[in-house]
Amino acid sequence: MADMTVHAVHGEHPPGFAHQFEDMEQQREAGNLGMWLFLATEVMFFGGLFMSYIVYRTKYPGAFADGSRLLNVKFGAVNTAVLIASSLTMAMAIHSAQTGKKKPQVWYLILTMILGALFLFLKFNFEWRADYHEHLIPGFGFYVRPEWGGGGAHVQMFFLFYFFMTGLHALHMIVGIGILTVLTVMAARGRFYEQYYAPLESSGLYWHFVDIIWIFLFPLLYLAGGRYPIPGVTH
Amino acid sequence: MSSTATVDNLEIPAESRLNYLNASYGIKSWLLTTDHKRIALLYLVSITFMFLVGGVAATLMRLHLIEPQGALVDPETYNRLFSIHGIVMVFFFLVPSIPATLGNFLVPMMIGARDVAFPKLNLMSWYIYITGAAFTLYAAVTGGVDTGWTFYTPFSSNYSHSAVIPVALGVFITGFSSILTGLNFIVTIHKMRAPGMTWFRLPLFIWAMYATSIIFILGTPVIAITLFLLGLERLLHIGIFDPAVGGDPLLFQHLFWFYSHPAVYIMILPGMGVISELITAFSRKRIFGYSFVAFSSMAIAVISFLVWGHHMFVTGQSVYAGLVFSVLSFLVAIPSAVKVFNWTATLYKGSISYQAPMLYALGFIGLFTMGGLTGLFLASLAVDVHLNGTYFVVAHFHYIMVGGAVMAYMGGLHFWWPKITGRLYPDAWARFSALVIFVGFNLTFFPQFVMGYLGMPRRYAVYPPEFQVLNVMSSAGASVLAVGYVIPLVYFIWSMRYGPPAGPNPWGAKGLEWETPSPPPTENFEEIPIVTEEAYNYPQLPEVARG
Amino acid sequence: MTGLLQTGATAMGAVWTAFPELHPPAASSIAQGVDKLYFFLTLITLFFTALIFGTIFYFMIRYRRRKEDELAGGPHEHLPLELTWTIIPTLICVVIFIWASFLYVRNSRPPKASMDIFVIGKQWMWHIEHPEGVREINELHVPVNTPVRIIMTSQDVIHDFYIPAFRVKKDALPGRYTSLWFEATEVGTYHFYCAQYCGTDHSKMIGWVYVMNPTDYAAWLAGGSKTESMADAGEKLFTRYACATCHLSDGSGRGPSLVGLFGKPEKLLTGESRVVDESLLRQAISVPNSVRLSNFPPIMPSYQGQINEEQLLQLISYIKSLGSEERKTSGK
Repeated sequence: MADMTVHAVHGEHPPGFAHQFEDMEQQREAGNLGMWLFLATEVMFFGGLFMSYIVYRTKYPGAFADGSRLLNVKFGAVNTAVLIASSLTMAMAIHSAQTGKKKPQVWYLILTMILGALFLFLKFNFEWRADYHEHLIPGFGFYVRPEWGGGGAHVQMFFLFYFFMTGLHALHMIVGIGILTVLTVMAARGRFYEQYYAPLESSGLYWHFVDIIWIFLFPLLYLAGGRYPIPGVTH
Repeated sequence: MSSTATVDNLEIPAESRLNYLNASYGIKSWLLTTDHKRIALLYLVSITFMFLVGGVAATLMRLHLIEPQGALVDPETYNRLFSIHGIVMVFFFLVPSIPATLGNFLVPMMIGARDVAFPKLNLMSWYIYITGAAFTLYAAVTGGVDTGWTFYTPFSSNYSHSAVIPVALGVFITGFSSILTGLNFIVTIHKMRAPGMTWFRLPLFIWAMYATSIIFILGTPVIAITLFLLGLERLLHIGIFDPAVGGDPLLFQHLFWFYSHPAVYIMILPGMGVISELITAFSRKRIFGYSFVAFSSMAIAVISFLVWGHHMFVTGQSVYAGLVFSVLSFLVAIPSAVKVFNWTATLYKGSISYQAPMLYALGFIGLFTMGGLTGLFLASLAVDVHLNGTYFVVAHFHYIMVGGAVMAYMGGLHFWWPKITGRLYPDAWARFSALVIFVGFNLTFFPQFVMGYLGMPRRYAVYPPEFQVLNVMSSAGASVLAVGYVIPLVYFIWSMRYGPPAGPNPWGAKGLEWETPSPPPTENFEEIPIVTEEAYNYPQLPEVARG
Repeated sequence: MTGLLQTGATAMGAVWTAFPELHPPAASSIAQGVDKLYFFLTLITLFFTALIFGTIFYFMIRYRRRKEDELAGGPHEHLPLELTWTIIPTLICVVIFIWASFLYVRNSRPPKASMDIFVIGKQWMWHIEHPEGVREINELHVPVNTPVRIIMTSQDVIHDFYIPAFRVKKDALPGRYTSLWFEATEVGTYHFYCAQYCGTDHSKMIGWVYVMNPTDYAAWLAGGSKTESMADAGEKLFTRYACATCHLSDGSGRGPSLVGLFGKPEKLLTGESRVVDESLLRQAISVPNSVRLSNFPPIMPSYQGQINEEQLLQLISYIKSLGSEERKTSGK
């Protein structure tokens, strides 16, 4: 390369340093800003869905409440706790890296992955499977129950939003677990230390963001119906 | 500015000096490059191809419309032609045009950086673009799509018998390439500026790219999710956009225009940035009202998110919503007007020369002025009721997108071509083609304003005979325009091999990109420059000396 | 400056009248108002285009580079100028906005007494029905100097009903009613178009408006191939679907009485107060539970999918006619 002289000016390469940056600090800041911008994009991405959900929830409050009551609040609540716990372990992993502790770093990352996997297990194995048996999958043999009156199509619309939003969220979880796997291997090899933990930090931002999305999804989807049908509000 | 490249270095002929073009050879060195300049060239080739595809569709349309009953194809085919013209030109040419080619090439160089912040992401965004384009082209070739580029529901979701899903998927995928480009630019501009390059020393092209990037990252995800919902609806018929099952077809329009109106500014803002560079370089002057030009870009980016409803004045939208969207649409016109006045004022007492890039720039100002002013017609509620959905709208947005964005893109390409390739093109030919494009453009699109006020709706494969004269005029202009676009293609390719060496700064322009050899070395600068002065600081006569 | 503007305006006006090919005929009560604003906007456009082009050309010649090493001069900032060319365009925009909005608000309010004509758009034709029961396809006959309200919907995709000579346009949306109104002022024949792309034969979804003298119009109505009025057809449907089982006219039924209901504000169960219009009736028939009145049980079934758009309009016409003097005396 013609430009080796350039680096000579900036001294030795620390591990993990990319050539286009001036120094480690610049690289870390760039990485973090990049992740924040990516999350802004994600907010708008989910935002379109939330907007559509709100439009139809306002239009068909009864049907959406009927749909919501068919969801399993217990699993939803447990999963919320699981995710919040995983955010804590993620934060602890970053803290361990910042303080240069390698072993806890790896363990916290593994714990985070386990909690993430637990979430997906509960979601897919119990909730979605039950929905399948109860014929609640929109477009695939969706069964319109007589108690919904004329609102069957709108309950189905609720379930479309439910599966789309939680599915998209689950996809983000799966991607997150993939990233965590790579990070765990890197952490086990001692790549992260007091001066270099940027990948861990920005992945942490991503993980927390995915949690926050769930914090919005849980009340919107699971708690929209209340315990009993609302008198006067119909399909 | 403190020049860092030594004089000896600049005088070595381009052929024998190591630069980004000859640093490595072979297909692989291009397809796996992370150099922002090479990625810019990959984009340049791809979008030029897409421009030709869209251009061929447009040519066929104009030929067809010579006769009221249609001279060439059946309505079914005509609908596919205008759809593919719109989709290809908007999503695969105009949106990436300046940002992905000139932006990719120039953003790091203008701020004194070795590359963008995330070079691998940059390459990935090109691959995403190519994947999306492949989907769309495949669908266009095998089945075609007849929804128009707007994909309005419930036609697209429940009634169209064409390849809506593959095309929408292509657009969906390509959206992510825009997002990644925007993200890369914002981080690069924030974090990678050379020492001394403060925000208010940035070239205005950078401000424009920054504003554009904001729209990229905040707008594009919304169109992505909207097209995803459209695909779901088409597959499953749940009724999100289908009124027969309680859905709302207008929700699609709201979501669509929430992106697609800001997208108009994705297309024009970078063009405005280019013009600021050209006007200053060819009048050897600092830009008039730097901060006004810079902040007007930001104002446009912000307000552009609040005006989408003006596409929906005749949908039965409430009168009050109409009033709000109307006043906001007028508001977004102000920063554009401010820019035009500042560019004009920059010429005052300048030392103006008329090489090809400057002719494009002046053409831009004129055509953009007309495009912008005719926008006022469409923001005016009572008049829009009459003009909405007619050829007036077609003429208006072509004045902005072709007269504006494409003129700026051509001007920028001519301006930085010597930097990109290290070669000069024949300026006389370039000036001639600029003139041909200007004349051809006006001939094509001016008659469409009249056609629109007379009431001819757009997207008509056949039309009442009273519109024939105007249509023939428009088609004649289109053939002139087509010639105007082919000439540069020829001399650009010619210049790559036979053009005389350009030297580092053929125009005597200011800016960090001109302080490095042409073509630049892989890492742009021998040493990162230190910036000590403001943008466009051309040496100037003292006020009194020049009567 | 004002002199120049005046001359420009006069010249433009002369061009306007000399070349009728440049604008469509103005054949409705609102057309001239819209034309005036359009004319003003064209003037503004010409003025600023001339200003920008003229200034650029002048600078191009005056300040062309004469020597290779020539230096430029002149200021690069001037706050008063910046403010001037920010504030003046803003003021012009405010003027246009106010003018256009007043016109729009006025143009979108139909006069109290108007004749209703129903339009159903479908791929790819316009189905038009007069209250008297006369049906037409891609043709619309209206009397001159009479306010006409077009109530429209679509059977499939979004269409748009556009009469350039009247300067009116509105989307015809599936699943709901939209409306526009006009008062034709010139007897004659004018184009109407579909102005929202709707598929293969979008460009063939066009037709003619025939503006006729009232007497001619009456003669045309009488000679039309009508079977029965829309309200009469609606009455039959009312019987066929056994609506009267619940909607008793004295209010003692399980559903509200429909006599004299139309045009009055009603308080809904949700607390919202809405005037009973075509849209509300449409909603009540297709999604009954979304617009319940407080003192009735939610027992009405949905008729969505059972009756088509035309029948729906006939039913609504019948309900509208209930309580009007005409129908009371006709023995209902």
